Amino acid sequence: MELFNHLALGFGVALTPVNLMYAFIGSMVGTLIGVLPGIGPVATIAMLLPTTYALQPVSALIMLAGIYYGAQYGGSTTSILLNMPGETSSAVTCLDGYQMARKGQAGAALATAALGSFFAGCVATVFVASVAIPLSELALKFGPAEYCSLMILGLIGAVVLAHGSLLKAIAMIVLGLLLGIVGTDVNSGTARFAFGVPELIDGLGVVSVAMGLFGFAEIVSNLESTEKREVMTGKVSRLWITKEQFRKAWPAVLRGTGIGSILGLLPGGGAMLSSFAAYAMEKKIAKDPSEFGKGAIQGVAGPESANNAGAQTSFIPLLTLGIPENAVMALMVGAMTIHNIQPGPQVMTSKPELFWGLVASMWVGNAMLVVLNLPLIGMWIKLLKVPYRMLYPAILLFCAIGVYSINNTSFDVMQTAAFGFLGVLFFKLGCEPAPLLLGFVLGPMMEENLRRAMLLSRGDPTTFVTRPLSLAMLLAAAALLILIVLPNLRKKREEVFEEAES
Amino acid sequence: MPTIRHPKDFYSGLIFIAFGVGAIVIANNYSLGTAARMGPGYFPRILGMMLIVLGAALSLRALKLQGDPIAPWKWRPTLTVLGSVVLFGYIVNLAGLVVSTIILIVLSSWASTEFRLKESIIAGIALSVLVVTVFVIGLKLQLPIWPSFVH
Repeated sequence: MELFNHLALGFGVALTPVNLMYAFIGSMVGTLIGVLPGIGPVATIAMLLPTTYALQPVSALIMLAGIYYGAQYGGSTTSILLNMPGETSSAVTCLDGYQMARKGQAGAALATAALGSFFAGCVATVFVASVAIPLSELALKFGPAEYCSLMILGLIGAVVLAHGSLLKAIAMIVLGLLLGIVGTDVNSGTARFAFGVPELIDGLGVVSVAMGLFGFAEIVSNLESTEKREVMTGKVSRLWITKEQFRKAWPAVLRGTGIGSILGLLPGGGAMLSSFAAYAMEKKIAKDPSEFGKGAIQGVAGPESANNAGAQTSFIPLLTLGIPENAVMALMVGAMTIHNIQPGPQVMTSKPELFWGLVASMWVGNAMLVVLNLPLIGMWIKLLKVPYRMLYPAILLFCAIGVYSINNTSFDVMQTAAFGFLGVLFFKLGCEPAPLLLGFVLGPMMEENLRRAMLLSRGDPTTFVTRPLSLAMLLAAAALLILIVLPNLRKKREEVFEEAES
Repeated sequence: MPTIRHPKDFYSGLIFIAFGVGAIVIANNYSLGTAARMGPGYFPRILGMMLIVLGAALSLRALKLQGDPIAPWKWRPTLTVLGSVVLFGYIVNLAGLVVSTIILIVLSSWASTEFRLKESIIAGIALSVLVVTVFVIGLKLQLPIWPSFVH
């Protein structure tokens, strides 16, 4: 019953005209950038973050969250119609969605994706609401040692479940932690790594780091590649599905929702991992796996439900424990910080209207998306006809204005450009930027908790293994690392990612 | 003389080592403190050491593992994209949003191999109208619209 009271409070906040408007703007912008390749949710949220200063914190978070799940809807549209994933999380939807479109079932594929996503969104909203309270109660029992171990577990989990070289990803985390502590040390007042630059005393800006590493680097690498985008526009047939298709699709939607909700909870999880895993599962349990890749509706229904569920449940660790699990959540930490909200278990008790308002807005946003998206598909397709040579200068412009307006200084723009350069370098060297961003956000928190834990234990590092909760989390982190170096599991992990990429 | 078989890993290793060494050298100026009362130099030094170890492991492993070569760097996109944004940051307060937008759009469009001057000027003008409407009128950001000498 308590759950309903909380949700009622949440809907009371989410359904005010102002917040409805921001949920609408967020999900529309999300869909837009989901449709457009070459700009992802991380760069977009970084771009819009400075413009949320003037808003109420809850409105700001509602809008930014809308971008993330809106992108999942948009990404599926281009995957199905153009065989081109607007977002990485929709990459697997290409495999069967595009084949369906070629067979003239584009309408059915789009409807399945939208309805599956909506269903998943509804379930995930209730899921977030129901696990949030017990988890944050658990988190309130954590001391500094537990928090340290939790962060280590979170960071290790994030690199194990992401793809790419494990060693590089860990090095990127450590580099991120180091960049995160640039600026004034709260305990001693020493300005660290500031090189006498007054702007650096407050530390590096999360917007600059994210926009440079993700936004600018992405644009530069797109411009370097000579690949041409082809825009094919078939006619979208009837936007509905037959009874037969419905019968095949709904179990896949249920499974996808389940997988997505669980995987979204894990560190490193979220939309992308969920959709890949859901596709692999649908293929495995299908009666006739040879249908896959030739337009199996389950191959659209499963992953599309999963990525939406995963996008939403990945808010849980952030909202309850204060630990971001992927790059988008790292930026949400940044967004909460500029509004003077320390993410963590106390948010739910001290700012219930913010917490439940955000949760309820996810459902509201999903409802808007399903109603508005299908009729708007024609418009999104037209937008894709804008050539990239005209698109990227506009993206750059929005980035430049966004980053300049944080403090109205050219220094922030310089800083972003510097991270853009670093981002291109990392891209060339095959280093994923997401772990760096996670480390960056967690750097100060980790140092603070490490200091407190060591102070409480009088300098005895065994405190991390003698406290049972802390030990359990460290063991889990170690187990993850061991699992991943074991040869057959490693192969499996590569298979899943390769399958999704090919 | 061992050969570099995995250039991407090898050079990223070197970069991590460089960051690690830099962190430790700079952190030497900050007091270390004790394990129980960590000074501002404690955590950076731990991170610096970890970076050196991880970087060294990456670089050494790159002598054995086989990997793809690093794609050659094309400077035009990097310099134009980053340069036009930096320029925007420097001139926007003086030249105003309209002029700086047009400059940013035309200049950054040049990074593409399909650059068309006329098209980019038109796009610049159209976008400057859009951003003035959205950011200055809509979101009320404190940005001058026209160059400062016009007033």
